Amino acid sequence: MASHLLRRALGSYSNPSIAFAAPRAFSSSATTIRATLFPGDGIGPEIAESVKQVFREADVPIEWEEHYVGDQIDPRTQSFLTWESLESVRRNGVGLKGPMATPIGKGHRSLNLTLRKELNLYANVRPCYSLPGYKTRYDDVNLITIRENTEGEYSGLEHQVVRGVVESLKIITRQASLRVAEYAFHYAKTHGRERVSAIHKANIMQKTDGLFLKCCREVAEKYPEIKYEEVVIDNCCMMLVKNPALFDVLVMPNLYGDIISDLCAGLIGGLGLTPSCNIGEGGIALAEAVHGSAPDIAGKNLANPTALLLSSVTMLRHLELHDKANRIQDAILNTIAEGKYRTADLGGSSSTSDFTRAICDHL
Amino acid sequence: MARRSVPVLKQLLSNSPILNQTRSVTYMPRPGDGAPRAVTLIPGDGIGPLVTGAVEQVMEAMHAPIYFERYDVHGDMKRVPEEVMDSIRKNKVCLKGGLATPMGGGVNSLNMQLRKELDLYASLVNCFNLPGLPTRHENVDIVVIRENTEGEYSGLEHEVVPGVVESLKVITKFCSERIAQYAFEYAYLNNRKKVTAVHKANIMKLADGLFLESCREVATKYPGIQYNEIIVDNCCMQLVAKPEQFDVMVTPNLYGNLVANTAAGIAGGTGVMPGGNVGADHAIFEQGASAGNVGNDKLVEQKKANPVALLLSSAMMLRHLQFPSFADRLENAVEQVIKEGKYRTRDLGGQSTTQEVVDAVLAALD
Repeated sequence: MASHLLRRALGSYSNPSIAFAAPRAFSSSATTIRATLFPGDGIGPEIAESVKQVFREADVPIEWEEHYVGDQIDPRTQSFLTWESLESVRRNGVGLKGPMATPIGKGHRSLNLTLRKELNLYANVRPCYSLPGYKTRYDDVNLITIRENTEGEYSGLEHQVVRGVVESLKIITRQASLRVAEYAFHYAKTHGRERVSAIHKANIMQKTDGLFLKCCREVAEKYPEIKYEEVVIDNCCMMLVKNPALFDVLVMPNLYGDIISDLCAGLIGGLGLTPSCNIGEGGIALAEAVHGSAPDIAGKNLANPTALLLSSVTMLRHLELHDKANRIQDAILNTIAEGKYRTADLGGSSSTSDFTRAICDHL
Repeated sequence: MARRSVPVLKQLLSNSPILNQTRSVTYMPRPGDGAPRAVTLIPGDGIGPLVTGAVEQVMEAMHAPIYFERYDVHGDMKRVPEEVMDSIRKNKVCLKGGLATPMGGGVNSLNMQLRKELDLYASLVNCFNLPGLPTRHENVDIVVIRENTEGEYSGLEHEVVPGVVESLKVITKFCSERIAQYAFEYAYLNNRKKVTAVHKANIMKLADGLFLESCREVATKYPGIQYNEIIVDNCCMQLVAKPEQFDVMVTPNLYGNLVANTAAGIAGGTGVMPGGNVGADHAIFEQGASAGNVGNDKLVEQKKANPVALLLSSAMMLRHLQFPSFADRLENAVEQVIKEGKYRTRDLGGQSTTQEVVDAVLAALD
């Protein structure tokens, strides 16, 4: 019991300035790295199998620790995710999550909420780039959206003042804003990006978004080589649909981030192709597929594993296994660009296993 | 061969909207309807004076039965001057260029002030593909009706402790009901088939839940109009992928801002979309989407602002004042200029100045 408490206290102790100074050396390929895998529901297990197969073929030194969502509520976490699963992510520091359908009912927290709160996942990173060969209306998208994941409009604090009048609180704190701004600039620097744009509505919400902007400006001063700009959100929406090439890295509070990251996913072809990664305190990275669990095609070998595969590539980049990440990413992009093997949602007729086989061949 | 093609030609001609509108207007005016109406004009900041000047020129050329009472208001004023408010209250209709809102200042935006004091609770943006203007998306014809007074823009913020700031988003049944009522009424009177409510009630269950409840109640009173609901992030994704599925959209304040600007962007840009703010007693017409309505210094210097949005908004204003034939003539002229493509400003891919576009519109007026 005491050791449990101690582990929990140490796990949640956070010092933002050293959270991702990368004290762990990941680049050696001789040691295997343990990573937690949540296959998820619906098409989850099939696409997780795809990822495992591709990683095996590419000789990625990762050992998977699989965990499943139980059917009993764990009283320690108040949800269907067990304490052991969460401990495993904390221990390993990296994880990959398939789509999880939150069971309907009361008395437990949503699965995504549990993960977010317990692992203190404060930034959601979505790289959006046009897939060569898969034609959408936009061909030159190459941007990253970084969204603050813990507070803002999604604090869940609402109440009815009197009948017919409801108030909802939007909370912005200096600590959370600094944290996500730091991560955004750090990401820009380590990935060779030139510009960071902060998206806001500070002309109307002067104090809240004003605080967010102030924090971004403070962090921007520490990275003089990266250009920093501020864009009002309605301008941003308009510019994104007219000319997405104008943007590079976008950092924003929770609600705008939700909308803009989905908008950018729409620009490149939908949630079935978009990778996503959640960053937590202490350098934890949980990559995930943001699409749904698609119960109607579960088990039929029709699912498109691209989202989960690209998310696993972001996970590899976080682990600094850049050469493996590049190989797998190139294989995926080449397979899609060729057009011979595409799953049904991209307009083709291949099965999941054929598509995975084609990617392995391209490695 | 010629005999068989005549009925086909007749069919084509009767379906063509532009040719239909050159027929004479068929509404019967009441005696005295033709008397000139006063309209308050606020040129505003940045490109505002340029584009409102364009409207004035066109109105004069058409001999439209309106005359402008011009007032100078700038974004850095603390409040809208009382005389301007009195003028708008007297005339009931106003045409406005953009007013710049200072950032992070502590001054409440003047636009918000106008909306609150005159209770202009519905903001409307009509986003549609203009024939001849190439865009990535086809078949776009969306009207975004946005609640204009409450929601996230209530302006109620405070610092709890240093480093922690709260902002209140207020949703009331009263405001949600009347905006839903306006949206369905608009759809009904304009022969629109579908109303979509945009929300985020899976996260903000009480606030957006109340908004949705009000929309559902009003929907039951209009059984002939289809009603559905969509979450705001999915909505933005669908707008970029398949915008033809949307018709009329009703949204709370913040989402409306985003959705309107996104829809304006996909349909041709904020330089061409008309819009207005309307309340029970007053109406203010301005460029539809709020992004870029003040423009930047370069546009002002080179006088290359796009007047199309404000011209089409003034056509909406003419319809609101019940002068439909003038509105038709103005819209036809503008559409013809855009279709020809010779005079287009920079945001539409051309190089013309504002005045050149205005001259082209004047020449196209019949």
